Amino acid sequence: MSFVELWRRHDFAAVARRIASKTPADVRRALGRARGSVDLEDFAALLSPAAGPFLEEMAQAAHQRTVERFGRTMRLFAPLYLSNACANVCTYCGFSAHNRIRRKVLTEAEILAEARVLRSHGFDSVLLVTGETARVGRDYLSNALRALRPHFSGLWIEVQPLAVDDYAALAADGVSAVLVYQETYDPGAYSRHHLSGPKADIEWRLGTPDRLGAAGVKRIGLGALFGLSDWRADAWFTGLHLRHVETVHWRTRTAVSFPRLRPHEGTDIPVTPFGERDLVQAACAFRLLSPEAELSLSTRESEAFRNRAFRLGFTSMSAGSRTNPGGYASEPESLEQFAVDDSRTPAQVAEFLRSQGYQPVWKDWDPTYDGFDGRARGAARPQALAS
Amino acid sequence: MSPGALTIAGVEFSSRLFVGTGKFSSGDVMRRSLEASGTQLVTVALGRVRTGGESDDIIGHLDCARYRLLPNTSGTRTAREAVLAAELAREALETHWLKLEIHPDPKYLMPDPVETLLATEMLVKRGFIVLPYVHADPVLCKRLEEAGAAAVMPLGSPIGSNLGLESRVFLEIIIAQSRVPVVVDAGLGAPSHAAAALEMGADAVLVNTAIAAAEDPVAMAGAFRLGVEAGRAAREAGAAGHAGAREPAHAVATSPLTSFLGEAPP
Repeated sequence: MSFVELWRRHDFAAVARRIASKTPADVRRALGRARGSVDLEDFAALLSPAAGPFLEEMAQAAHQRTVERFGRTMRLFAPLYLSNACANVCTYCGFSAHNRIRRKVLTEAEILAEARVLRSHGFDSVLLVTGETARVGRDYLSNALRALRPHFSGLWIEVQPLAVDDYAALAADGVSAVLVYQETYDPGAYSRHHLSGPKADIEWRLGTPDRLGAAGVKRIGLGALFGLSDWRADAWFTGLHLRHVETVHWRTRTAVSFPRLRPHEGTDIPVTPFGERDLVQAACAFRLLSPEAELSLSTRESEAFRNRAFRLGFTSMSAGSRTNPGGYASEPESLEQFAVDDSRTPAQVAEFLRSQGYQPVWKDWDPTYDGFDGRARGAARPQALAS
Repeated sequence: MSPGALTIAGVEFSSRLFVGTGKFSSGDVMRRSLEASGTQLVTVALGRVRTGGESDDIIGHLDCARYRLLPNTSGTRTAREAVLAAELAREALETHWLKLEIHPDPKYLMPDPVETLLATEMLVKRGFIVLPYVHADPVLCKRLEEAGAAAVMPLGSPIGSNLGLESRVFLEIIIAQSRVPVVVDAGLGAPSHAAAALEMGADAVLVNTAIAAAEDPVAMAGAFRLGVEAGRAAREAGAAGHAGAREPAHAVATSPLTSFLGEAPP
């Protein structure tokens, strides 16, 4: 069964009601499950208001699961915005097509200038971000990946949904992971917030992880933009999607992000409350549902929050982020997609992690194992094999 | 679909106990044991079926209107042999259902994973409903599912050993990630083993030796029926926390992780 078919079987409002009806006994039962045996009903209990008083227990369990699986490590990466051009009109995004901002699509030379700055900060893993237009389709992304391949080990992308053969081509160009956030699984809220453009087609977006799996992409990232609708139900649907990917595309690794609505250039929209306490509850619930998914802590969050919350299930963090194309090198002052709330440099973030007994991880794979040439700046080669 | 029923390849089973027909002391004991077990699916070793169309002693004792037959390829050692045996069975028993069982090793009768995957791919293409018997190997089970297996049949312990669910930790993984029914096959020695398999989430079990070799096979068949029903009912009832967990619930450490968030809103 495709995920779209699975999604159609679950009414969003009914899911929200089911979560709201969970009791403390349901939460205790979920917390008592053996590692890896938390099911989607348990997950609903962990996301429910009834779990509020159990947050400390959830945090301890999530921390323990994470240390068992990942040790005390934190993968560091930076977003690299390639373009702010976008054909979509979305109520919450600074790059929305109706916003009168200067549109920018980085050239190869500009991309490499950004890459140099990020490398000098120590990054070996970047997340390439674009809006949705034909200008930044498969060919543009292929070129960007080929240009960046010699400079970074990890090339993740967060771009418009594409077709299976596009993804297969990008996989051949060395893409490490593809993130596609559903924003919301609530069809009503989805149409209220995505007014026009290709993104208005909810089912095309819902089917993207299945197309990624079919194309053999090595890692698939999911997420909901918390604040667009009932966050508990959106988190549950993201968990449903995660389980679907884990069982259907079982060779694929997974990642979940926790973006929440932030101020931006454009219209004010009503935001469903989603506070820091809620964010912690959601992250801990995901860690208990999936001991192995990468959970990412956004630079959208404040320094004070990140300094305490990083132990609560998270395994990766962005640092020193700029969310505007050219933001690192050529145009540091241009309009950002959203405001960043942790302005520390990557080195400061890494130092903080070390002070807490965590190892910052800049590199966790080498493209030579995928048949690509070693990194331009003399990547370490296994000497033992040469002799 | 009736609630609580098991469906394999579009066919519904209200009994989750499948029974093997080997090792019984007589056709009559077998017939009465099957009746007491409540089973709807019985396996038949191909070696004991005459392919010439004459009625065999096993088939002669089976009420074929009551039981769906699941011929097994026990005795074959390679994919090629298994496919040939399957074609002959389809002709003789007029069913395209098949328990694929390939064990080249005559001592422990361990299933050959490589030949089993190959044979599954070939048999699915030829229109068989394939239920492969395998070691409790989670990756192999996913590969078989992709190859089109209608269910997977991982072992609980070596065939005929009566040891129970020695492969429990791997069965749990298989059950958690399978998209086709999981039938625990081989090694179940007591109704409590069958109950535990169903509690764990297995869709069904297949039992032969523990029934056929019991002092009173008919009574033991009835006991397995109750064990399977209890296990399934317990699964549906939802276990209380910690049931079956091998690790204790951890104590809350002294240094809290969430105090920075302040008090929960009222």
